[in-house]
Amino acid sequence: MNKPKISRRKFLLVSAVAGGGVLIGYAASRPSRHRLANDSLASGDERFVTSWIRLQPDNRITVYVPHSEMGQGIHTALGQMAADELDAAWELVDIEQAPATDLFANDAIVKGFGGELLPPFLMGLVNASALTVARVANLQTTGGSSSVRYTGENTIRVAGAAARQMLLQCAADRWGAAVDECTTELSHVHHSASGRSIPYGDLAEAAAELEPPVEPVLKDRSQFNIMGRAISRRDIPPKVDGSAPYGIDAHSEDMLYAALRLAPVFGAKLASVDATEALAQRGVRKVVELEDGYAVVADNYWRAKQALELVRAEFTPTENDGVSSTVLAERFDSALAEDNGSRDFESGDADAALEDAQDVFEASYRVPYLAHAAMEPMNCTMHIQGDRADLWTGTQDALAIKSRAASRAGLREDDVTFHHSYLGGGFGRRLPFTWNVIDHAALIAMEFDVPVKTILTREEDMRQDYYRPAVHSNFKAALDAGGRVTAWHNRFTGPIQVPGAAHIPYAIPNQSIRVVDVETHVPIAAWRSVDHSQQTFFIESFIDEIAHRRGTNPYQLRMELLQDHPRHRNVLQVAAESAGYGSGLPEGRALGIAVQESFGSIAAQVAEVSIGEDGRPIVHKVTCAMDCGWVVNPDTAEAQIESGIIFGLTAALYGAITIEDGRVVQGNFPDYEMLRMATAPEIVVHLVESGNSLGGLGEPATPPVAAAVANAIYILTGQRVRELPIGDRDFSTGRSLAGRA
Amino acid sequence: MPLLWALRDELGMTGTNFGCGIGNCGACTVHVDGNALRSCVTPVSAIEGRDITTIEGLAQVAGGANDLSPVQQAWIDHQVPQCGYCQSGMIMAASALLARNPSPTDREIDAGITNVCRCGSYPRIRKAIHAAAATIAAANTV
Repeated sequence: MNKPKISRRKFLLVSAVAGGGVLIGYAASRPSRHRLANDSLASGDERFVTSWIRLQPDNRITVYVPHSEMGQGIHTALGQMAADELDAAWELVDIEQAPATDLFANDAIVKGFGGELLPPFLMGLVNASALTVARVANLQTTGGSSSVRYTGENTIRVAGAAARQMLLQCAADRWGAAVDECTTELSHVHHSASGRSIPYGDLAEAAAELEPPVEPVLKDRSQFNIMGRAISRRDIPPKVDGSAPYGIDAHSEDMLYAALRLAPVFGAKLASVDATEALAQRGVRKVVELEDGYAVVADNYWRAKQALELVRAEFTPTENDGVSSTVLAERFDSALAEDNGSRDFESGDADAALEDAQDVFEASYRVPYLAHAAMEPMNCTMHIQGDRADLWTGTQDALAIKSRAASRAGLREDDVTFHHSYLGGGFGRRLPFTWNVIDHAALIAMEFDVPVKTILTREEDMRQDYYRPAVHSNFKAALDAGGRVTAWHNRFTGPIQVPGAAHIPYAIPNQSIRVVDVETHVPIAAWRSVDHSQQTFFIESFIDEIAHRRGTNPYQLRMELLQDHPRHRNVLQVAAESAGYGSGLPEGRALGIAVQESFGSIAAQVAEVSIGEDGRPIVHKVTCAMDCGWVVNPDTAEAQIESGIIFGLTAALYGAITIEDGRVVQGNFPDYEMLRMATAPEIVVHLVESGNSLGGLGEPATPPVAAAVANAIYILTGQRVRELPIGDRDFSTGRSLAGRA
Repeated sequence: MPLLWALRDELGMTGTNFGCGIGNCGACTVHVDGNALRSCVTPVSAIEGRDITTIEGLAQVAGGANDLSPVQQAWIDHQVPQCGYCQSGMIMAASALLARNPSPTDREIDAGITNVCRCGSYPRIRKAIHAAAATIAAANTV
């Protein structure tokens, strides 16, 4: 990865130039913003010390978190980061979702990803909504596994440290003492020489008058009290008694409900509608015609959903009406055959090395489209009253969604109030740029003066998604007479959503990695770990093929080619040793291994697999060693790794969205199957703290598992998996290579 | 009308969730006379005169004084939920399982809990069910 290193100092300087003022974190980078926060959100004697942290006279502290809580524990983790730098007493810290106003927009993410290297899945926001690049700074995006490593490191901790420094200053001034004679602990400033101490709350008003320090000093890891601890998540208690509000739970007595049907072939328009029968049903208020679909609005959702089936509608024909997954696969293959693509990464001379090789071999891989299938079906509630509106929806970017809904409804952004809720799963589906439900909900709500809740049926949710792209990837490798791997040649179908995902860490001197962009009518977007989910399956399977071709143990080959990547070697070793790699296994089982760096973290996984009596693969256990630098909350970190593995394994075993007659075939869980209790493997997690800068955790556990399982299946059966999913494939005819790894 | 929509839209009880609408994913699980049922495919007409418990009433039904049932407490102790959307249904399914089988084996948990959790909280659900079983057993021996 050649991503520029972001030093905190540089970040602060960059912000100073951009904002033209003194700064702490982001909020204080513009004093006007700080003032605005105090004017609009603080009441009585409360003061914002920075606009991320509110200090109250009763000594409670509120940390405003700009990211969405979708189960990754981000509210708690960011709260820990602020509280620790502040030397706050954890039980005095409250955590609140930051309001969807640009007071709390977050440019730490843009800076973290490094300006022009902002990944395309976020740049999509710019293109899609015609925002200027400068406006990207007004993101509240939760994606790219970025919250802790960018917002936490560059904003929340800095704000916490600055606030602590200001409180020290205020206490010292009040006591006529030197700042360095004062200390902080458990939400108090102490002066041991005089035996005095004062709660933070008593200093709030004075602190608000101070200029924030330009470069507050962050704690060393050895000074952490709250970071690094497995603190219980604040969002869990309401999630066990049914009280946690999700977007779909928005409720009022006079509310109406909309069920939506969109053109089954992406890009088709509504041609004609006969709503006579639907309108005659009890409780049905209206059938709303939209450009690309229609909605039935009724006094409860069940009636709307039932009547939806009674609407007779036709859609315009499109050039894609005959397109199927087979047609698309042929299109991908011929694109790769005819086009050498554009450069993704090149080093040395791969063509020459292939020419000179002792042994050249090839393999073609492919993966299908995948739906997000978040448990909470996509939904959005809007209540438009004249020139203002209220909006409820679970989203990974409240600010962008609010702006979009406002523009659809012909309102100004500031006239829409966004009501936050928990997300019943995100995984990329609730990022900006995947607008369909938001757009339609706004247009439907414009027809009524009461709140209207638009909910997609599970079938529509699955058929109107923005999918993980289907991708084909062709490889060639060269071995010289001495068995040295001399060339890595890769051509895959694009577009690329995350640059670098197809790059390899392996020391192979001649590499040619090129992408051939292929257009389809199927909408695509970010899906947990984005390009890494497919590229890691391809890369980590093909490197395994090279190992077996050369007759080397796949673990040994990786270690040999990772000489310059000690962190990779370390996690591989930890995972392999923990999983018992190379030692005795129960009869009929094998271990497959894979490693991948993504979102700043490095994950090695070992899958223990057998083949069942029906020939289907059974995954018994997945061991993961994860180096994410250091860990803010070990328990939420482990939970994210368990979650990422199950998400990736679900795709590897069952995930396939297929296209027939231009439309998505699958509609609900029986035909888009999920891992469940009976099929979920045992998971063993090792958190490896290398002390490097923080990496992400929401996504990096997802990519390696498919290849780890496929590599084990090869050892068990001699059959190389080059296409996913494999949960229903019969491997019983394969020969066993047991004992080779 | 299925019970799910009567609960959510008519009664405003939003703890029971809509996931699939075809009785597959279990996000809508409630208790009818103590048995776990998928409310999205259970017509209101079929449950007339029967006892319905939703997640909102589970603690009360399970034991009176505490704010949480042993299963809910185990869910907190093991930090089970992630996004949490499936967890009302999971907790209802697990509670019904423990009511008929106070000490389930892993295999019985596999067979008894068929709900979907997209966040993959399954390993923690398993631990939490065993923990709740132990809590209930300890309470019964006192």
